[in-house]
Amino acid sequence: MTPSVSRPPAVASGPAIRTDGLAKRFGRTVALDGLTMTVERGEVFGFLGPNGAGKTTAVKLLLGLSRPSRGRAEVLGAPLGDRAVRARIGYLPELFRYQPWLRAREVLELHAELAGLQRTGRPGQVADALGLVGLADRAEWLVGTYSKGMQQRLGLAVALLGSPELVFLDEPTSALDPVGRLGVRSIIRAASDRGTTVFLNSHLLTEVERVCDRVAIVDRGRVIAAGRLDELLGAPVLRIRVTDLPPKAIAALGAFGRVQLDGDRLTIDPIDPARVPDLVAAIVSAGGRVHEVDAGRGSLEDRFVGLVTGGAPAEPTPPPGPAA
Amino acid sequence: MITIAALTLREAARRRLLWLLAGLTIGSVALTGWGVERLATLAREQGADELSIWIGVSQVLILVAFMFSFVVAMTAAFLAAPAIAGDLESGVALAMLARPIRRADLVVGRWLGLSVVLTGYAVASGLLEIAVVALLTGYAPPQPLVAVAFLAAQGIVILTLALLLGTRLPSVGAGAVCVVLFGLAWMAGVFAGIARLFDIEILAAVARASRWLLPTDGLWRGVVYGLEPPIVIAGAGPTVGPIAEANPFYASAAPPIEFVVWSVAWVAVVLALAAWSLDHREL
Repeated sequence: MTPSVSRPPAVASGPAIRTDGLAKRFGRTVALDGLTMTVERGEVFGFLGPNGAGKTTAVKLLLGLSRPSRGRAEVLGAPLGDRAVRARIGYLPELFRYQPWLRAREVLELHAELAGLQRTGRPGQVADALGLVGLADRAEWLVGTYSKGMQQRLGLAVALLGSPELVFLDEPTSALDPVGRLGVRSIIRAASDRGTTVFLNSHLLTEVERVCDRVAIVDRGRVIAAGRLDELLGAPVLRIRVTDLPPKAIAALGAFGRVQLDGDRLTIDPIDPARVPDLVAAIVSAGGRVHEVDAGRGSLEDRFVGLVTGGAPAEPTPPPGPAA
Repeated sequence: MITIAALTLREAARRRLLWLLAGLTIGSVALTGWGVERLATLAREQGADELSIWIGVSQVLILVAFMFSFVVAMTAAFLAAPAIAGDLESGVALAMLARPIRRADLVVGRWLGLSVVLTGYAVASGLLEIAVVALLTGYAPPQPLVAVAFLAAQGIVILTLALLLGTRLPSVGAGAVCVVLFGLAWMAGVFAGIARLFDIEILAAVARASRWLLPTDGLWRGVVYGLEPPIVIAGAGPTVGPIAEANPFYASAAPPIEFVVWSVAWVAVVLALAAWSLDHREL
């Protein structure tokens, strides 16, 4: 029997997730301390933080698996815990396991039934989900015979079954090898292209850096930074290894940005990326010999470590939202 | 709820639980049937009359039923204790409860599926034992269906309790608590009989209360009543009756209807508590 919920029509307006001062305490322990953020529809949102920062607690609150101690939130336009809206959400838990005595196809059929997907469309949706994660040829294997990586792919298939409007992925690549991670990135991108909002909970910064449109960094239950990646990482910095550069030319390069020379290492910070060719041409015409050009931003890892350890100044961040 | 119940039945079949229970039943019935047949044959060879043999067989059958009652209760405890607790511990429940289902659906669905398995086991094993004994000795108890119905009901009480405990305790803990409570309830029934015999009112009151708190012993008396030949009850009479009532393997009457109704209500209340408990648990 399918769950006795009717699928409400998708409300395409408004953000996918909006939280306002969402908090969770377990006794004296504060797991989440006033989470305020907005996740727009269709975006891939990275939720970063060190272990124990409150990431999984936040996901469980948003899914209605746990009740907030205070604060409010809406998911797909409905208040927390709304049962009908869960039919439009996919979820890959961090610590998950599926019935080892079921075949992979049967696990997906079970979740299709629990999610209330239309009976007629289920076989096709199950096949699509298995194909998406590369398990089509192992659909009849018992889940108990799957490797950890295959189970994680099965978890992704369960989460993306029926093309949900919003999907929560809690550490989706933790058990995967580099090839598997590459596959997950393309799956996330494909889901996003289909209009699915992806809430990616991860501590693997390179993964987040490569797929997310926006990120929020949480520490000790609070968002300490949020925004688009380019905003978080700051303005681009140009590093050039150059020799034979006349001293008088260095002052002229000041027109491109703040210049600093340390041995053969020239740093221009910040730099407009469009002006990099002009800068290199100026160095060459002044007699400098350019050996190496590296135009980039600081890594997310640098920014993340700086924020959570206090090793680098954290720029003031407004409450995360579309404008963040 | 039906989806979860069907999943539970499929789990029982896939994990070979049904085959295991069938094998155990056949083994137990074969062994005890052979034992009862040997005793009856020996009595006949010693020149005992048929009535005495039947009475003897009926009492052995009640002892065998006690073994089955214990096995059904243990099966119920160790099937139901991990049904919710194990799913919570392993993470299986997390993905399922994020779907648009009520947590009560998980509890009641699990209860329904396990009740079907347990009732099937209790009825099949009980009736098979009675049939084999009848075939080998010629003795059939007066109310076999009443006996197996109370046997199944006793199992369902333990099953429901194990589900409730499994919403808060780890699997092993929930199973162990059920086993201990089942034993205590049985002992309380024995104490109740002794207390009545010696007119110890306080002990009788405590023992009576325990029967209402966990109705397994009262239901066990229903199993005994279904197997007890009327001639034994008549033979006990009003003088020996009170002494015999202290015997946990004797029952002169079926459990009163109020007690049966209470047992049904008890299951409903404990099941509702289990659903409430899971609903208010942080996952």
